[in-house]
Amino acid sequence: MAMTENAGAVSQIWERVRLLRESPVGVIGAFLVAFWVVVALFAPLLAPFEPNASNLDALGDPTPSAVNWLGVDMSGRDILTRIIWGSRTVLSVAPVAVFAAYALGCLLGLLAGYYRGWVDNLINRVSDIILSFPAIVLYIIVIMRFGPSAFNIVLAVIFIATPQIMRIVRGMTLELREREYVAAAKMRGESALYIMFVEILPNARGPLIVDACLRMGYTTIAIGVLGFLGLGLPPPDPDWGGMVKDSYALMSIYPHMALFPAAAITSLVVGFSLLADGMREISMRD
Amino acid sequence: MTATALAARPAPLAADAPVLELRNVSISYFVRAGEMRVVPDISFRLAQGEALGLVGESGCGKSTIAFAVMQYLGSVGRVTGGQVLFEGRDLAHMPADELRAIRGRRIAMVYQDPMSSLNPVIPIGRQLMEVPMIHFGAGEQEASERALQMLREVNLPDPESMMGRYPHQLSGGQQQRVVIAMALMAEPSLLVMDEPTTGLDVTVEAAVLDLVARLREKHNTAIIFISHNLGTVVRICDRIGVMYAGELVEEGPIAEVFRNPRHPYTRGLLSCIPSLSADKTSRPLTAIPGQVPSILNRPKGCVFQPRCRFAEPARCGQDPLPTLALSARHSAKCVRAEELPPHEKLPEGIAALAIGAPADAEAVLRIAHLRKTYHQSTGMFGGSGYDVHAVDKIDLEANRGQTLAIVGESGCGKSTLAKVLTGIELGTEGLVTLGGKEISQIPVENREAEIKRAIQMVFQNPDSTLNPSHSIGYVMSRAIRKLRGLSAGAARAETNNLLKTVNLPTEFAQRMPRQLSGGQKQRVAIARALAGEPDLILADEPVSALDVSVQAAIINLLVDIQAKRGATLVFISHDLSVVRYLADYVAVMYLGQVMEFGRTEEVFAPPYHPYTEALLSAVPIADPDVQQRRIILEGAIPSPQNRPAGCPFATRCPRKVGAICDTTPPPVQTSAAGHRIACHIPLSDLRQVGNVVQ
Repeated sequence: MAMTENAGAVSQIWERVRLLRESPVGVIGAFLVAFWVVVALFAPLLAPFEPNASNLDALGDPTPSAVNWLGVDMSGRDILTRIIWGSRTVLSVAPVAVFAAYALGCLLGLLAGYYRGWVDNLINRVSDIILSFPAIVLYIIVIMRFGPSAFNIVLAVIFIATPQIMRIVRGMTLELREREYVAAAKMRGESALYIMFVEILPNARGPLIVDACLRMGYTTIAIGVLGFLGLGLPPPDPDWGGMVKDSYALMSIYPHMALFPAAAITSLVVGFSLLADGMREISMRD
Repeated sequence: MTATALAARPAPLAADAPVLELRNVSISYFVRAGEMRVVPDISFRLAQGEALGLVGESGCGKSTIAFAVMQYLGSVGRVTGGQVLFEGRDLAHMPADELRAIRGRRIAMVYQDPMSSLNPVIPIGRQLMEVPMIHFGAGEQEASERALQMLREVNLPDPESMMGRYPHQLSGGQQQRVVIAMALMAEPSLLVMDEPTTGLDVTVEAAVLDLVARLREKHNTAIIFISHNLGTVVRICDRIGVMYAGELVEEGPIAEVFRNPRHPYTRGLLSCIPSLSADKTSRPLTAIPGQVPSILNRPKGCVFQPRCRFAEPARCGQDPLPTLALSARHSAKCVRAEELPPHEKLPEGIAALAIGAPADAEAVLRIAHLRKTYHQSTGMFGGSGYDVHAVDKIDLEANRGQTLAIVGESGCGKSTLAKVLTGIELGTEGLVTLGGKEISQIPVENREAEIKRAIQMVFQNPDSTLNPSHSIGYVMSRAIRKLRGLSAGAARAETNNLLKTVNLPTEFAQRMPRQLSGGQKQRVAIARALAGEPDLILADEPVSALDVSVQAAIINLLVDIQAKRGATLVFISHDLSVVRYLADYVAVMYLGQVMEFGRTEEVFAPPYHPYTEALLSAVPIADPDVQQRRIILEGAIPSPQNRPAGCPFATRCPRKVGAICDTTPPPVQTSAAGHRIACHIPLSDLRQVGNVVQ
């Protein structure tokens, strides 16, 4: 049974990939995201220099050259190398954070939507309180309180994204719990947990996959913003947002120092958004 | 009046000139997968004041024809060939501004869902007034007078106050009357109605059909009436066109087509509709095998050939297939149309189902004074509010191995009753016992395993009855393991057995629900209900979402399974023909109360409860030779919160005897055989009433 179930799941994912090819927007998005994933995976092989190695000779003319394709920053570090290594930060923190937020958000959303009553009220009121703060303020509060580190960024994302995910899941649960197959499951004596996770959650996956893609983009922006505010990963590790912050004072003289990392952030965010659009397009059709 | 409006005025027509003529029209939808030729070639004429019914199962292109006539095919649909002639002018090649002057003015359309045709933020009166103001340049005062007059004409109560109301303040039947009023206000010469009564209760449907027939006579409007229900077509139309896979397979005057159907598909349709005059023992239903072919691989020659029991491959495969004229006005697209044996209402070679009416067995399910009350809270803190009795002190019993049908219109409490029986809701008062054990006070989660096994349910909606994420095999074996505690291997074997029981191939275990048709999903749902070998199967409108040919197969399957397994069936339905066919006992519910209960043949014959009588007279019967007394009920079912103090039916009852009906709940009168009628009229008087259906 488990075998056929898995085969079903794999073929469904493959089906999605196949369908995605029919959406030009989705293909561009998937390509951008895949590009950065490959870059992050093979960073040690692709990067021409050590990420923190300073080449003081290059500081005479830090603009792009045959040696430093994207130039060097004001410490003489190769920008291309730092962008390549920086992709590892973003692409490890963002998925972990989004995944963790999803795990918690789905659980709370299912509980609230399935049981309703006081459980629903409690979860919703707490969420309302969190949602009533602007996200950026919450990020700053969490990071200032616990200090800048990859783990704390993940914590901050969970804290902020969970209520939003909870709301989506709760809304879908309220609708799906009235389906006849849920009544049929109750009538054969299934437990509440089984009904929530096996009968309801899989059928909410369409909108959730789209939202998860978008949320990866938002989280990328958030990590960039935190880096820019000096709340990102502690130096000297490469971090796209931090790279922009470090060099934007020199913006009028050497714009490339800030523009290249900014372009990296933008391309990844646009990639996630387009991928989400493509997913939405194909989910509209089935 | 503007120049275009003047141009749209009809040229004087010769008396016999058709209002609408389709000449070799072909229609395609252009989608990602390519061109879908939905209608390959169709031709018909519609004379002034004539009503043509288009019937056929879903996906046969009926609505496409309607949209082609309105030139509303959307961005993907196009008339790819032929002419759509309206009063002699081709609509398919007409400039947009001329079309605009014709649509709504000369051709009007009524859709299935009235709520989507009415603007929810504009009062009814205003919406009606727009018609003469736009099409005739009428002033406010004149438009308002005409709107009021039209509301009177469609029999809406209190038309003056109706003018100021918003669509959501009206019932479904009233909304549909407003839409019809709006369509007729421009005095169109052609009215296209696409399933106008499908969402309505049967008594409301009868009133709307009656109204359409009357208005048509008065305004001499030609009508294209699209329906999947052959009975409604018989009530409204002069001629009928039977559509199958985008083709008009038979066309002719109603009486001729119904008495002497020549196309095998028409015959198939007629044999699979249950009638009010026959039951499972006297006239079994014959389903049409197979399903409508996909548009992308249409068979060569006759499209119906793969499902036809008269097919002769050598002749039926010819392409193009000729349409045979059988008389001046009757034609069929079948090469064998003239040589087929006469159509018999009971097809030969199909034996009556071998089920005698079972002798009365012990009662398995007993419902005594059951009441289900919902508390509607008003105000911010829910302190105040009122009680709604969705099920109000009902008494019923169902015998082992027999079928108890519960009929009634929407809001009568039949689905609430099902929820209490399944334990998804709890009863408020009274008792429900299954095999002697009380079950109405135990929520389904707390019911003992034995009770869960004993009661299973078949649901209404084939698209929501199976979890789209689970394969058929998983659904089945999960149910078997949960209900009977079998091992995985044994459950797999039992899955195959059950799939065979419901006539599905065992390979279906690997399929996902989306790969199944509606009828197949419903078969799986029945198989799932059988997983625990239940004593009581609860079926809530299990066939109402299915096409008639599929419906017949599912009904026969239920009859067959019941005969073999001896399970008790509680069958909830709004369709009296199906109930007449299937049930041993019938309970007629209205506003949460049982108005009449007895053996099927007793309930369907006098003495009737006045509500049963009205229901029977409202059922559309697909047989022009059946005489049916017409009783049109006015008004709508009262909302359960202001239920009448006396008899719940008093507000609409055509046989109301006086003030006693409004003030005193009716006594339950019992005839010798245990046939119960809750009414103030003495049984002896009710016996004087003749049969509704002759």
